[in-house]
Amino acid sequence: MLFRYLFILLILLPLKAFALIEVDITRGNLSPLPVAVSPLSIDNESKNNFKKILKKEDLGSAISAVVENNLRQSGLFNPLDKNAFLQKADIANLKPRFEDWNLIKAQALITGKVTFVDEKLRVEFRLWDVLAGKEMMALAFTTVPSNWRRVGHIITDKVYERLTGEKGYFDTRIIYVSENGPKTNRIKKLAIMDQDGFNSKFLTLGNELVLTPRFSPTNQMVTYLSYFRNLPRVYLLDIETGLQEVVGDFPGMTFAPRFSPDGKKIIMSFAQDGNSDIYTMDLENRIVERITNHPSIDTSPSYSPDAKYITFNSDRSGYQQIYVMNSNGKNVKRISFGNGLYGTPVWSPRGDLIAFTKLHKGKFYIGVMRTDGTGERLLTENFYQEAPSWSPNGRVLIFYRETKTNSKGEGFSAKLWSIDLTGYNEKMVETETDASDPSWSSLLSN
Amino acid sequence: MNRNITISFVLHTLLVIITAMSLPFLAKKPIDLPPIVSVELIQISDKTNIPFAPKAKKIIEKIKEKEKKLVSEQAPPKMVKKEKEDAIPLPDEKIEKIKKIKEKKQNPEKVETEIKQVSEFEKKELFDTSSIAALIDKSKVESAKTDKKLDKITQDQDKSIDFGGLSLSEEDALKAQIFGCWSIPLGLPYNENLLVRIKLQLKPDGSIMKSEILDHARMNRPGQGFYKVLAESALRAVKLCQPLRVPSSGYEKWKELQLNFDAREMLEG
Repeated sequence: MLFRYLFILLILLPLKAFALIEVDITRGNLSPLPVAVSPLSIDNESKNNFKKILKKEDLGSAISAVVENNLRQSGLFNPLDKNAFLQKADIANLKPRFEDWNLIKAQALITGKVTFVDEKLRVEFRLWDVLAGKEMMALAFTTVPSNWRRVGHIITDKVYERLTGEKGYFDTRIIYVSENGPKTNRIKKLAIMDQDGFNSKFLTLGNELVLTPRFSPTNQMVTYLSYFRNLPRVYLLDIETGLQEVVGDFPGMTFAPRFSPDGKKIIMSFAQDGNSDIYTMDLENRIVERITNHPSIDTSPSYSPDAKYITFNSDRSGYQQIYVMNSNGKNVKRISFGNGLYGTPVWSPRGDLIAFTKLHKGKFYIGVMRTDGTGERLLTENFYQEAPSWSPNGRVLIFYRETKTNSKGEGFSAKLWSIDLTGYNEKMVETETDASDPSWSSLLSN
Repeated sequence: MNRNITISFVLHTLLVIITAMSLPFLAKKPIDLPPIVSVELIQISDKTNIPFAPKAKKIIEKIKEKEKKLVSEQAPPKMVKKEKEDAIPLPDEKIEKIKKIKEKKQNPEKVETEIKQVSEFEKKELFDTSSIAALIDKSKVESAKTDKKLDKITQDQDKSIDFGGLSLSEEDALKAQIFGCWSIPLGLPYNENLLVRIKLQLKPDGSIMKSEILDHARMNRPGQGFYKVLAESALRAVKLCQPLRVPSSGYEKWKELQLNFDAREMLEG
């Protein structure tokens, strides 16, 4: 009898052992992660050497400032005030006192060291998990000293990827149309800059009107619209050599160019006799292929990242709307059905969304929708804004916005703006002049 | 003999008739009863049965069911390219080798031992085998006394009876605290099955004695970068939040706690 009781009890026993309380955590905060970016430590000899070459007082602090600025601009991180730091940079790089960093509420810490080795810049950096008290990442880079800003961007990319799970977008450049002068007589030049607005330079002289520059996925080529014999034509420009050429020998106007994901083709619109269709041109053998054949205006083509599909806008339904088709022009489907006009569709590098400009009741919106047209979200609204371009990780959109002129025709400006995919963190991107038609490059250090 | 039987039969018959005549239901008309209305009795309990976020709850349950499947459905590990940080900056031969974070491989044997320890502990708490015979014998003798005792549940008995979870308010307080501490990594894909389960051993004041990611091995598997990022963020949240807002009593009930972190509902927007 006793054994029978014991047997039953032993069977029932695990019931309590496994009655572990489970709590489902399905929400969190989206506030920026507090990060401490400690100045990179630098010895006196290296400091003096870099001072002679770069005219920088403290290169370690300058690089950490680049990282700090990038992280802040992303909107996902909150770099803490350096005045609150309790540990010195050179000691923190060796072994951080996590209690000190915990005290100022830092959840991650970036430390590092800068040295001058064989006329080159060598940067070590470490990323620490303050709460876990462990090192998350350690890398070192060696480059020519003039590349110091890029080192800062690459460090940010690594930190961003380690902490958010997606690739960064900091070691990138933006090409845009620089604008000067009164609205009626604007001088437009092609310009290129780092994504944070530094290292800006002009690529054209401003003799001809330039529009819609687009980066090649290889980053060395740019395609854009300019005028050739008084006709708008698509051009190719090699950034490194400065050589440019007209794309194809079309009898009419070509516009809205964009590269295919492998960089081997250009897709664009060709207009003749009031009708415009989409064409591609192979850059190797110069073979031109017609993709759409419809009596309506088909324009603004953009490939999906896998190059299987093309999105474009067309007025074939009577109003300008967004369509998706196979890359051979078959199976055309309309995907935008909201009120208003839709234009400039751009496929996300992630492949899941299409960004667009929408005009509705006199206002311009930048928005995103899924590739089947569902889930339309308008991210920002303004008097005039258009031409969204994706960051290489598909997290941020850059576009340009124009302001109204007053009754005297003054006050006009065009500026670049960026916004996060979530609709938060809308920021103006600093440029030396007025700017429009931005295009974001892919990561320079893949 | 026959006469006696006849008298008895007559008298019994008479008795039956008199009794029947005097029964009230025969005299009165049947009462017109109103239609029956069923009333469901619900026992009010302070234990929550309401899922906090029904959508998320469903997703989590789905994942739990499919967990084995998911493992097998994982894409084959990608060929991880060597990082080319030095490709554009010049490579440095002397560069210190990147310090690898030591992989804390989950030791399955260890986990098993821990589970066993828990079981042993619970066994001791609940049953003392040496005294079971005595208890059985006593129960026979003191059955009347036991009946009385049943009304008064002592604290020890309560401990063994209440296997359930936290009350609604207790669970909400804990959730609200962790929500505030958890910085969700926004780069995570919302369409992947990412669920991080963390088992905690708590001190009576709610501070953490031990935290363990239940699928720790997955963290270091190739192609599971997103999982690693999520798991680390969840661990940070737990550490940041401690001491956790746990009930002031019933330590035995919550000294071990499992937190299931799932950010998809927020990432989907």
